[in-house]
Amino acid sequence: MIDEGRPLFLQIAEAIEDSIVDGTLAEDAQAPSTNELAAFYRINPATAAKGVAMLTDKGVLVKRRGIGMFVAVGARDILLRERRTAFADRFIDPLLAEARTLGLGEDDLAALLRERAALAPTTARTEGNRA
Amino acid sequence: MTAVIEVSNLAKRYREKLALDNVSLSIQPDTIYGLLGRNGAGKTTLMSILTAQNFATSGDVRVFGENPYENAHVLSRVCFVRESQKYPDDAAPIHALRAARLFFPNWDQQLADRLADEFQLPMKRRIKKLSRGQLSAVGVIIGLASRAEVTFFDEPYLGLDAVARQIFYDRLLEDYVEHPRTIILSSHLIDEVANLIERVIVIDDGRILLDEDTDAVRGRASTVVGDAAAVDAWTAGREILHREALGRVASATVLGRLTPEDRAGIVDAGLDLAPVSLQQLIVRLTQRSGDDAPAASPLAESHGEPLSLTKEVR
Repeated sequence: MIDEGRPLFLQIAEAIEDSIVDGTLAEDAQAPSTNELAAFYRINPATAAKGVAMLTDKGVLVKRRGIGMFVAVGARDILLRERRTAFADRFIDPLLAEARTLGLGEDDLAALLRERAALAPTTARTEGNRA
Repeated sequence: MTAVIEVSNLAKRYREKLALDNVSLSIQPDTIYGLLGRNGAGKTTLMSILTAQNFATSGDVRVFGENPYENAHVLSRVCFVRESQKYPDDAAPIHALRAARLFFPNWDQQLADRLADEFQLPMKRRIKKLSRGQLSAVGVIIGLASRAEVTFFDEPYLGLDAVARQIFYDRLLEDYVEHPRTIILSSHLIDEVANLIERVIVIDDGRILLDEDTDAVRGRASTVVGDAAAVDAWTAGREILHREALGRVASATVLGRLTPEDRAGIVDAGLDLAPVSLQQLIVRLTQRSGDDAPAASPLAESHGEPLSLTKEVR
């Protein structure tokens, strides 16, 4: 679950983001507390707090005094936009570059995408088709 | 926040051997520290001096702003769980826990009972007859239930099986959340404690090699794997902690955080990138300073001159 070599607080923040993106953590719902995160992931509470702070800075979580952390309204949109861009950087740019070296145009690529998606309907569960 | 422990220019000499060499550090309140290093690096010596169980040769130690020696006011707020704690010959765990209860003002008997139960500790068997793991459990229980403001655990896991160690880590975290305090955990099982510790102190050959936030240390080094020539080309001019090769494939661990350009360069060179765990990084760092490393560790700010390399060959 936790992978080495990357700051833990980032991984905690991403885990919360994942739940918001996939809908398990709805907007306006209460987010797990720092202590709950620490206990669940078996990590230092200060690390969990850092991850949570990153999400409040981003406007994904909001603090309600005396009650706890909540998922901000509009949080999912923020995250989807962010991930859409990241997805394009990470996958689409190299895809286009490789396509160009193979002499494939955008239409060829689109056709290829559709062809492959039809072959593997069950694995087509990526952020791309939600965004 | 004011530090709970301040150490400046601490040295300890045992005859020929300089066990601690100009150690300076400050321990912050309500933080879990990992005190890591090889056997004989000076971890236990440092902890026993901080808890007034050993004398410094020179330097200054302040615990809660005071000198800890024969200072009951300070010592009742500090708990040191030694790896080789001695108990009176005919004592049983129940006696050891009773004594601890009298000594530590914040003692939680309920927690002690619960832990004894979880570790399945025979409370009335003589400590001499306990297994190594049961003996460790006595120390762990005292360390946790004392709720001392500063608690040192010196390799508390010896003889504890994986289940018992997990109980220890879980209860430590649980109790720390409810009763924040300073915990200093000395351990060789770095991977097991890496996620628990907020700060990491690495001591090597009596010196502080690293004193940093654990999260900052992560990603401090990376391993690139691939064609030996490509690995060498990419690592040229970088600080290499470790390199090994098998035929045409080489793997090199380099120090330094990677920039996006670095990453792109690695991909372009057809190399693979592997993360380096805290344990691997510390193994490499302490191994290197034991070899004839040309320069002192760039990770330690406190560490001006190159290491003196007059020690025995390991």
